[in-house]
Amino acid sequence: MRMLTFANRNMKEILRDPLNLAFGLGFPLVLILLLSAIQANIPVELFEIEHLTPGISVFGLSFLTLFSATLISRDRGSSLLQRLYTTPLTPVDFILGYTLPVLPIAIAQCIVCYIAGVILGLEITAGIFYAVLFIVPVSLLYIAMGLLCGSVLNDKQVGGVCGALLTNLSAWLSGIWFDLDLVGGTFKKIAYLLPFVHAVELERAVLSGNFADVLPHFLWVFGYALVLLAAAVLLFLRQMKKQ
Amino acid sequence: MEAIRTENLTKKYKDVTAVDCLNLSVEKGELFSLLGVNGAGKTTTIKMLSCLTQPTSGDAFLNGKSICTDPAAVKSIIAVSPQETAVAPGLSVWENLDLICGVHGFSKEKREAKIAELTELLGLGSVTAKKAGKLSGGWQRRLSIAMALISEPEILFLDEPTLGLDVLARSDLWDMIRSLKGKITIVLTTHYMEEAEALSDRIAIMKDGRLLICDTAEAIKETAGTDNFEQAFVRIVRGDAK
Repeated sequence: MRMLTFANRNMKEILRDPLNLAFGLGFPLVLILLLSAIQANIPVELFEIEHLTPGISVFGLSFLTLFSATLISRDRGSSLLQRLYTTPLTPVDFILGYTLPVLPIAIAQCIVCYIAGVILGLEITAGIFYAVLFIVPVSLLYIAMGLLCGSVLNDKQVGGVCGALLTNLSAWLSGIWFDLDLVGGTFKKIAYLLPFVHAVELERAVLSGNFADVLPHFLWVFGYALVLLAAAVLLFLRQMKKQ
Repeated sequence: MEAIRTENLTKKYKDVTAVDCLNLSVEKGELFSLLGVNGAGKTTTIKMLSCLTQPTSGDAFLNGKSICTDPAAVKSIIAVSPQETAVAPGLSVWENLDLICGVHGFSKEKREAKIAELTELLGLGSVTAKKAGKLSGGWQRRLSIAMALISEPEILFLDEPTLGLDVLARSDLWDMIRSLKGKITIVLTTHYMEEAEALSDRIAIMKDGRLLICDTAEAIKETAGTDNFEQAFVRIVRGDAK
């Protein structure tokens, strides 16, 4: 109950910021529309709607990392967390309170992307349902990065690291905007050592019903999510102790 | 009856001793002020007493509960209004108060009653629907104190509650703090001499983590040989008192 009160507050703080709504829901929609328009004029396989929608639904999650990291770092900076540390909230309440409210936002964002995809010609199949379902472990990855960055960076640093660096890494190394085979070599090897391309390929495999490809990508994503979540929890508890 | 008792309370950060063998006691219902220049150890003392940081050695007992061995029990009887404004900016004043009720596990009926009570006590009625982040500094401080009071604490820590406020907002907050005197134990840290003198039952002056004197404002002035409290403070901190 205590945790849910805190989680509810965090969700309100995220959703009440108009910039969050614009970037969280508006920007992925604009990207889908824009890239579909390009595809209509100059057909590129990568931008076909069944490739594009899962890619954008994953890319949109990088904004959720920014939102949750910003919220945590602002709470630390404003002493709100210091106040809450003197209440009966436990460390588990804090971790869950910052993690849980982002999940429904991620699912909503994913659904909006797929509704836009369907309007633009994506075939309605059970794959869409599974793609929304599998966005949960992918979201955990991005939420963990937000918790981690929010625990160690101030809100200005969060803007630079999550707002600029992470969104760019998530874009370049995910195979959403260009085929990684076009660059190949070390770039491609690095991309496949990181979780972003696996998250996109996981969603594409699930959507297309190619379940043989799901497990390896899922393991990469879930493995990274667990490791980053563990690191985030440790760093959050460390800064909590530092207070 | 003692509300707070510290026993050789010490906090060291690497080579720096922020609080050095602090021994003091605060009576129940007392308004007790901690005074000192920057780095005197006031905020560190409050952080230790409110279980935000662990002492390096020594202990403190709040209504008999140890900050070292029973911090959960201590947290259940205290509240802190930190130095910086500690409100949720995207929530309304009502929602901020409701948040604190929620994290303390109050029932719906109790939440509504406490919010109504605190809103009236602190004169927040006209701003309950406004977002906290849009309020002026004075209103945010009021809200911050209301959030601290809502859990019905037995001991309230106010860290620089009037810092940066204009004269009128400060005067209003003084009236509000005075209205709490005797009802709960209040520990106040401040840089403003006149604030400590006007509000406190007793004042402790700290320097370099050590307690220099702990007495009433009148007795401190007498010890320093002056009628002016600010002058008394300066003399005691500089070691010029009789």
